[in-house]
Amino acid sequence: MKGEFATTDEAAIRALAEARKQEPGALLPILHAIQDELGYVPEAAVPIVADVLNLSRAEVHGVVSFYHLFRTAPPGRHTLYLCRAEACQSMGARALEAYVRDKLNVDFHETTADGRFSLEPVYCLGNCACSPAVMIDETVHGRVTPERLDELLS
Amino acid sequence: MASVTKVFVPSDTTARSVGADGVAAAISAEAERRGRQIELIRNGSRGLYWLEPLVEVEVDGVRKAYGPVRPADVESLFEAGFLDGRRDHPSALGDTESIPYLAKQDRLTFARVGLIDPLSIEDYRAHGGFRGLENAVKLSGREIVDIVTESGLRGRGGAAFPTGIKWNTVLNTEAARKYVVCNADEGDSGTFADRMIMESDPYVLIEGMTIAGLAVGATQGYVYIRFEYPQAIRTMREAIERATAAGYLGDRVLGSDRAFHLEVREAAGAYICGEETSLLESLEGKRGIIRFRPPLPAVKGLFGAPTIVNNVISLATVPIILDKGAAFYKDFGTGRSRGTLTVQLAGNVKQGGLVEIAFGHSLRELLYDFGGGTATGRPIRAVQAGGPLGAYVHPSKFDTALDYEAFAQFGAMIGHGGLVVFDDTVDLGQQARFAMEFCAIESCGKCTPCRIGAVRGVEVIDRILAGENEAANLALLRELCDTMVVGSLCALGGMAPFPVMSILDHFPEDLRARKEERRAVGEVA
Repeated sequence: MKGEFATTDEAAIRALAEARKQEPGALLPILHAIQDELGYVPEAAVPIVADVLNLSRAEVHGVVSFYHLFRTAPPGRHTLYLCRAEACQSMGARALEAYVRDKLNVDFHETTADGRFSLEPVYCLGNCACSPAVMIDETVHGRVTPERLDELLS
Repeated sequence: MASVTKVFVPSDTTARSVGADGVAAAISAEAERRGRQIELIRNGSRGLYWLEPLVEVEVDGVRKAYGPVRPADVESLFEAGFLDGRRDHPSALGDTESIPYLAKQDRLTFARVGLIDPLSIEDYRAHGGFRGLENAVKLSGREIVDIVTESGLRGRGGAAFPTGIKWNTVLNTEAARKYVVCNADEGDSGTFADRMIMESDPYVLIEGMTIAGLAVGATQGYVYIRFEYPQAIRTMREAIERATAAGYLGDRVLGSDRAFHLEVREAAGAYICGEETSLLESLEGKRGIIRFRPPLPAVKGLFGAPTIVNNVISLATVPIILDKGAAFYKDFGTGRSRGTLTVQLAGNVKQGGLVEIAFGHSLRELLYDFGGGTATGRPIRAVQAGGPLGAYVHPSKFDTALDYEAFAQFGAMIGHGGLVVFDDTVDLGQQARFAMEFCAIESCGKCTPCRIGAVRGVEVIDRILAGENEAANLALLRELCDTMVVGSLCALGGMAPFPVMSILDHFPEDLRARKEERRAVGEVA
């Protein structure tokens, strides 16, 4: 929340941005670094990054909001990426999607009430020969059935 | 003295997604328990994905395959003498190279994939790696470009543009600085060839990009990899570090006076960034919005400098051309489609995986001889070829040869070589709706036909499926598709209507009111 932002985070964000500002096209690597460090790109990062790169806040905000990966609110402890693309659809991803939303009681881009999982759609994990697929944090799982998903989530 | 037995357990994303890590751990533990000396190598996948985890054992220099192996099978495999290559186990498949699915392929780009330890430079060299680069450093840029042009290699990213012509433009454009950019934002559903190369044979991509740099005088390269491929990102970064330390990259490539540096850039989840000009915007740190062309990226690309933008497979194919010559490569294929195509059999298919084969084989051969039909055992109803912007191909076209021009004749495309199989339970009305929905989600927003058209497309299809003014809405849908095709600035809006139109033309029975049926299965309130 605005105003409650810890100054240490602001300092950390500035340090991450300063460390990369000389790289050509530095904005994306900086945003990745911030999200890797904090789990998201807080609103307070926008003016800091804009200042370091000598860009307008609108330019930085425009980039943060353009890409699906960047989020502006803290995520759950784990992120469940569920593939919605055609290869997975052909093997039951639509049913799996309905099952997950119901089970976690969230929609896409939301986090469970207990803060354990954020649910994100993804359009292809490159696991199309072992569909349907999900990725939990950075681990991909193939041939996922509702039963198998229960195991993965427990 | 008993020699150490080599055991291979793949470490590629798909093999791991179905349990390869657990199998590797079980094999190590069981070998230790029995006091058997083994060398466990985590190779890449052979791409026979229905057999993963596929374990191989090297006996007298020949690799024997077992698959699919579960951790629970490991003890019985040892009991059955698999370390000595014996076949009395239900998962025994015999010599890996003799498995028909693999034996019938023409593996050029994928020659080493699944065979070697991905990060071992020695293993790469032992299997012919870096021979292309060693030849290339002795040649002028012009000579390299001529060889690539002569080979007939066309871009494997979708548009199939001749690689040599693109390189020639960059070569001929005077500039103080030039770039090579690898488009590894393979966002098409049904494709995984790029991921396999990066995870299973990363040095071939590094070698191809370095040759491209030498060819046009570029000293800096970027590999732009989608975030959805975390393992590919890690492997490429590590491989670049090792290749630099070994002198294959850096200020003096192979001791020559030519420099080439390489860096991985992680994408951030935007399908449009697979479009080359959007990708360049993204690399420059901006929103991935497409650029008007001209100027072409080959003339004015990354940071305004002449830039080669090529797909992973195109670049990874360059080393074998520089190693064995243009004629060798050109000898494969048919018509103007030269060399090999990396077909990816995906979705509802019994034997899904990667098939690298010369152009010219029929779709039917791929789907049935290699793929074995559907995974569910039901009839194939449709195959989406070339990704989410590709047509749904009707079974009446299955005898078409895999050839860019032959596919284009009936409004389909080969694209990146992905084939997504659907059985007869597919609701193509829903797939048409999804094509528009996907375009609406992924539109970069720059041009109106794509940004607004896709949203309207979803609405019109919803009205058709709900039975509202069906004939008028079908006519409207066609008009909307036409507008998007002719009015969009890039392939996303320009091709998203292709799957929709293919369903209108070849599966019209699915794009009509089916409220009653759908109510029966609970989809309509």
